Amino acid sequence: MSYEPSTALLDEETHDAINIDRTKGDFVFPEKHKFDAGRGLTSATVDYISDVKKDPQWVRDFRHKALKVFQDKPMPTNWATRDLENIDFDIIRYYLSDGEKPKRSWDEVPPEVLETFERLGIPQQERAFLAGVEAQYDSEAAYSNMKEELTKLGVIFVNSTEGLKEHEAIFRPWFGKVIPTGDNKFSALNSAVFSGGSFIYIPKGVKLKQPLQAYFRINSENFGQFERTLIIADEGAEVMYMEGCTAPKFETATLHSAVVELVALKGAKIQYVTVQNWSSNVFNLVTKRGLAMENAEVRWIDCNIGSRLTMKYPGVVMKGEGARGEVISIALANTGQHQDTGAKMIHAANNTTSNVVSKSISVGQGRSTYRGQVHIPKHLKGCKNNTECDALLINSRSRTDTYPAITVKGNQHATQHEASVSQVSEEMLFYMQQRGLNEGQAMSLAVNGFINDLVREFPMEYSVELKRLIDLEMEGSVG
Amino acid sequence: MSLHIQNLHATLPDGTEILKGVNLDIPKGEVHAIMGPNGSGKSTLSKVVAGHEGYIITGGKVTLDDVDISEMSIDERSRAGIFLAFQYPSEVPGVSNANFIRAALQSRLPKGEEIDAVAYYKQLYAKMDLLEMDRKFTARAVNEGFSGGEKKRNEILQMMMLDPKYGILDETDSGLDIDALKIVAKGVNAMRSSERGFLLITHYQRLLDYIKPDHVHVMAEGRIVRSGGPELALELEEHGYDFLKEAALAS
Repeated sequence: MSYEPSTALLDEETHDAINIDRTKGDFVFPEKHKFDAGRGLTSATVDYISDVKKDPQWVRDFRHKALKVFQDKPMPTNWATRDLENIDFDIIRYYLSDGEKPKRSWDEVPPEVLETFERLGIPQQERAFLAGVEAQYDSEAAYSNMKEELTKLGVIFVNSTEGLKEHEAIFRPWFGKVIPTGDNKFSALNSAVFSGGSFIYIPKGVKLKQPLQAYFRINSENFGQFERTLIIADEGAEVMYMEGCTAPKFETATLHSAVVELVALKGAKIQYVTVQNWSSNVFNLVTKRGLAMENAEVRWIDCNIGSRLTMKYPGVVMKGEGARGEVISIALANTGQHQDTGAKMIHAANNTTSNVVSKSISVGQGRSTYRGQVHIPKHLKGCKNNTECDALLINSRSRTDTYPAITVKGNQHATQHEASVSQVSEEMLFYMQQRGLNEGQAMSLAVNGFINDLVREFPMEYSVELKRLIDLEMEGSVG
Repeated sequence: MSLHIQNLHATLPDGTEILKGVNLDIPKGEVHAIMGPNGSGKSTLSKVVAGHEGYIITGGKVTLDDVDISEMSIDERSRAGIFLAFQYPSEVPGVSNANFIRAALQSRLPKGEEIDAVAYYKQLYAKMDLLEMDRKFTARAVNEGFSGGEKKRNEILQMMMLDPKYGILDETDSGLDIDALKIVAKGVNAMRSSERGFLLITHYQRLLDYIKPDHVHVMAEGRIVRSGGPELALELEEHGYDFLKEAALAS
């Protein structure tokens, strides 16, 4: 919270580095793409992408198979919003790149791309507190670099293209295993046309002290960004990965459909932090899942602000005894936005523990939906789940729905579920305004208070950014 | 220089008239008390002066040091110098007391100017010591899980920190034990000065034993029906509000 004295004491560079706001992402440069797969999606599109990327045959085959699955699968409108039908797959462009390899130095990045990321504060953040950065511009990474000492430790942090080619022995056994192609229509779509995203490998026992960060930037209209990320933490390794996203406000819809797979081997720990700040025309349909082996831990810390429709249910499959899974999520839906988020916890071993804490804020005509799934089969024992979902409504036109599904078989488990819906009441606003805060400030403070306990889970640099984003959203939401 | 309420009429949105022409002038440096039976409009008066949007002003005006504040928003009135200590203070979940008061002070500064954190905490702790509040209060969420007495003390703390021109205390004494009442009174008395006016709204004489008013008014059915010195409070304590009924019968 920015009202804590600690944040006021940030040095200037750090302060500047985190100074990202909602409007800051709203700019666009002319397109200069050497490679453009054109509009629409056919097997020719897939071949075009494979040709440009010089995919190995197994990847080309993987893509074609996935395309078939995508085409055969219906839209999930039997349970999800019908707004999905407004995605026109025929006008989307599935691959745009300048054909350059990601640069190791910002000096080599094309000027407009460099300016983009400078305006978003990425190089400054890298200097201030990051162990490594990958910056993706449309379909491919423009920049990718990591501190030298990490390379010496055997840490791999590259884009997915390089991962599958240069590190096939580690990459291939896990690729598509946590999230199979046919998991859902959009995971199949991603599997057919993926490009960009990160491949990370942390060797046994290596614990990264600073986070790795990826930044996903959409610059082109009618474009689909389909990054693919695979993170493997070997036994006893620890890593925190942070991703940020923005796009300009275009007239027409843009699609972002990522697949993120995490593998935490025995005793490893992966934290995946997202602060998404898409403009309000982006369909953000993302599949994220982690696999936690014996005594391993996977935590998703997820903040969704912006986008037209977000559908995202980060999951953890607890496959080894003593594994832990956690999803901490904050969603803010303003007018014209639908945040359909939640969590999936699959207990697949004894004595596994999962925790889900979800807080959503609906403002104006914004809509928030929580979907949760907790699965504990009969043959296991000693599994625990805690689920809390709280919704805050700001004005009567906003809407919130909760669909928790907790399947617990057997009687040797402990589950707990709490849900609440609250409102920023007139009397609370009167009280705060009587102390001198204007309506926007009062709303902001109420919202920040509502999510305060979760914001503490974000790295400090991000929690300050989060607060700024919320302030801006709330300022814009009152008349 | 005064908080001047002139022929103030206010209704609920459904048209029910609650204030039926209130006249009250509170010069700086004075403490006024309003007493009266339940439903007489005392609390409504405090809310209307603070700008609560649940009431519609249908006549009259409120001026603060000769400036008409009737059209100002709630927060503008606050920053202009009106402080209302609530009878039932709201909880603000997740927002610490320290952050809340700080945000309120920050709202009084010009854009771009930041509060000096060290000086702020120094001042906050000094006031808390005076009100015998534990330091832990700074980290607790505003009024969340507070006892009645803690909430009222917290209102006085906020008032002391915001340093208003006029403090309106709406039944601050209700629900307080005698020790808490003394502490609250100590806070208010410490703030009394020739530069500040107070309006105390209360049912009971008890509060006025500890905060000596300069004037006492009786409110009934949306009007001030009697005004006098501190002796009026004693008279009410002794005879109750029966004289109002007698007056009503007589008319």
